[in-house]
Amino acid sequence: MSVRVLFLGPLRDLAGRGESEFVSASGDLDWPELLAVLESQVTPALADAVRDLRVKLAINGAVVADREAVVVRDGDEIALLPPVSGG
Amino acid sequence: MRLLDRGFSPAPPLARLARACPQSGGVASYVGTVRSEGVLALELQHYPPLTLPGMENLAVAAVERFGLDGLLVWHRVGMLRPASPIVLAAAAARHRRQALDAVEYLMDHLKSAAWFWKRERRADGWHWIEPRAEDFSALDRWT
Repeated sequence: MSVRVLFLGPLRDLAGRGESEFVSASGDLDWPELLAVLESQVTPALADAVRDLRVKLAINGAVVADREAVVVRDGDEIALLPPVSGG
Repeated sequence: MRLLDRGFSPAPPLARLARACPQSGGVASYVGTVRSEGVLALELQHYPPLTLPGMENLAVAAVERFGLDGLLVWHRVGMLRPASPIVLAAAAARHRRQALDAVEYLMDHLKSAAWFWKRERRADGWHWIEPRAEDFSALDRWT
């Protein structure tokens, strides 16, 4: 399966890019598995920053209420949303 | 509600709002601009699936709450130069107080809850802007 992950705001600097495409031979990803992918395929610093509870997650454009309960499926677009700066 | 990736002049949209709401007693507006002291550039990032829909929800809430005849919010994204407009928020209503309060309501919510990420370039490089505590406490007056 493959998922697209977008890094918004300061997370973009930590990731060194605005988005990544991850391909995995296994099936759906849960939250710990998604963090593990970020840690191993991007940087541990990014995974640490994303563990901050203020970082929200959107799947296919909808903010997820409980990110710990998330299930990421093939073709999903995940956006990692750090605290906003406001307009 | 509009997100713009190029500079804009606030006067034409304000004039259009006034023309569209002839029954209103007035139009209140606020224009936010990029600070000039020490800031060389400002970059505003957004996430399209959330940012504009979030602003539209805010607009619906403001129209209902203040009984507005019309409102508009234009917001820049992308790279901005010092002194250029970032945001224009305007509200047309029968009475002055409704229009002025609606603009404050829009700005308080945009500053603390809209899906934007900002960074400033100063002499020593880029700095991401974190929301200030005052931006959140400003929301308390509306609850």
